Amino acid sequence: MEDAAPRYAVSAIALPQPDRRARFLKTVGWAVFCAALLGSWRGAEMRPLDLLNYAGNMRVFAEGFFPPDFSQWRLFLQEMLVTLQIALWGTALAVVAAVPFGVLSAENVVPWWVCQPVRRLMDSFRAINEMVFAMLFVVAVGLGPFAGVMALFVHTTGILAKLFSEAVEAVDPRPVEGIRATGAHPVQEVIFGVIPQVMPLWISFALYRFESNVRSATVVGLVGAGGIGMVLWEDIRGFNYSETAAVMILIVITVTLLDLASQRLRKLFT
Amino acid sequence: MTAIRVSDLSKTFGKGAGGRSGSRRALDGISLSIGHGEMVALIGASGSGKSTLIRHVSGLLVADRGKIGKSSEVTVHGSPVQVNGRLSHDVRRLRADVAVIFQQFNLVGRLSLLENVLLGGLGRIGFWRGSLGRFSRAEKMAAMEALARVDMADYAMQRASTLSGGQQQRGAIARALLQKASIILADEPIASLDPESARRVMQSLAEINREDGTTVVVSLHQVAYAKKYCPRAVALAQGRLLYDGPSDALDVATLCALYGAQCEELLMDETMGSGTPPEPATGPAAAHPTLRAVGCNGD
Repeated sequence: MEDAAPRYAVSAIALPQPDRRARFLKTVGWAVFCAALLGSWRGAEMRPLDLLNYAGNMRVFAEGFFPPDFSQWRLFLQEMLVTLQIALWGTALAVVAAVPFGVLSAENVVPWWVCQPVRRLMDSFRAINEMVFAMLFVVAVGLGPFAGVMALFVHTTGILAKLFSEAVEAVDPRPVEGIRATGAHPVQEVIFGVIPQVMPLWISFALYRFESNVRSATVVGLVGAGGIGMVLWEDIRGFNYSETAAVMILIVITVTLLDLASQRLRKLFT
Repeated sequence: MTAIRVSDLSKTFGKGAGGRSGSRRALDGISLSIGHGEMVALIGASGSGKSTLIRHVSGLLVADRGKIGKSSEVTVHGSPVQVNGRLSHDVRRLRADVAVIFQQFNLVGRLSLLENVLLGGLGRIGFWRGSLGRFSRAEKMAAMEALARVDMADYAMQRASTLSGGQQQRGAIARALLQKASIILADEPIASLDPESARRVMQSLAEINREDGTTVVVSLHQVAYAKKYCPRAVALAQGRLLYDGPSDALDVATLCALYGAQCEELLMDETMGSGTPPEPATGPAAAHPTLRAVGCNGD
């Protein structure tokens, strides 16, 4: 509106009036946010002073971590390898399952009465954290890495199916129509028209999930689903902090290296 | 013998059928029959219904459902593709016999040109072999032959997306050749091409028509190309058939009588010398509300 003001002279140009409504809403927004923070103080049992009061204890606790004890490095490396293997299998199975589920939850490929139920199923896979699945699978298939694989598999299927279907919904419909016009079967339209278009994205998503699953696989061990997490849990429970420190350092190094490698690999495909 | 028969075909886009507000009548009671081995130009300005008509013939779109006793029908070699807005059950078998060439080529960009051509055979080979992409040596040789015929054999292993528009369109023609269809429908095949590519594409289509006896229906928005390559022309405006007859008879006076001010778009080439890059014009249909009245005079 101010733009349209006539430009006779500088004195005729007025400063634009701030929008009162926007300012009011902004104030209300901040007020609500602050109220939520204050209201949650009790619930979250915030006791920042304890950090000062128990500083001595914490110093003793922190000292326990040093020096890190790598004397059991053979075991650590072996369990780290198991963790990577859990992540690899969990991701691979999830990719295999996410391809059909992803296509079946894409609006532009299947009718709503297929895509809506499949999407809700995938939502439920995603909604429940892999730790919860790990606890359930430990009960179902016993302690050990297989429970971890299954937990990652189910949760990652939910995530990848959603990402895959979003890629499918963004494809160019024209090549698909070109294939339909040759008299091809609808499944062949997907195989040759859709999948070549989404492949780079799908590979990139799968690698990214593998990366995240290595991180997740280090914690599913905490509930008995195998891998380095199990060692970590034993050490923390046994107050063996110098070994805990060694394991944590190993996890940081592994995850960092993998992130770097996977980033490089993903760049190749996009 | 009749290759394509269209009777009383109407199509409305937008909210439901029946010409309610917000809907647009793309085809309005079209009846047409095209004989075996003919080469027919479908001319008309943008938005006149050419593409819509072609999509109905290959069953990529379905017509409006008419009232009882007044049903539309599209048949190919006597077999119905769609009757009264319902696709036939063996539409896939019929599509295999009707190749479509699109304005934007509709090749799969990330596959090689050879793979794209081979996909033309999907409608004729078994489901599993096709789905797994296990094409036989003979099929691959046939694909190479088809590519050689449109001068594209050298590019067989190149990804389709790396080729120019004219090269992709010739690849699309090779796909149609491998399909061994007895009818080729080309929907504005040269609208996105430069003049030289356009000429080669039209040349290829004319050759296929002449040598293989393939029925070719090609939609164009310039009369010059129609007159040069197609003996028969069918003219559409606002979804209605205005003219069906020899393309030679379409002189400037006739066209202007048929299309009014819109005839400029169709005559672009004749006024500017042949081979002017055809710019796909947009919007003139909306800009000329008098057209319907002109169309009525032409009936």
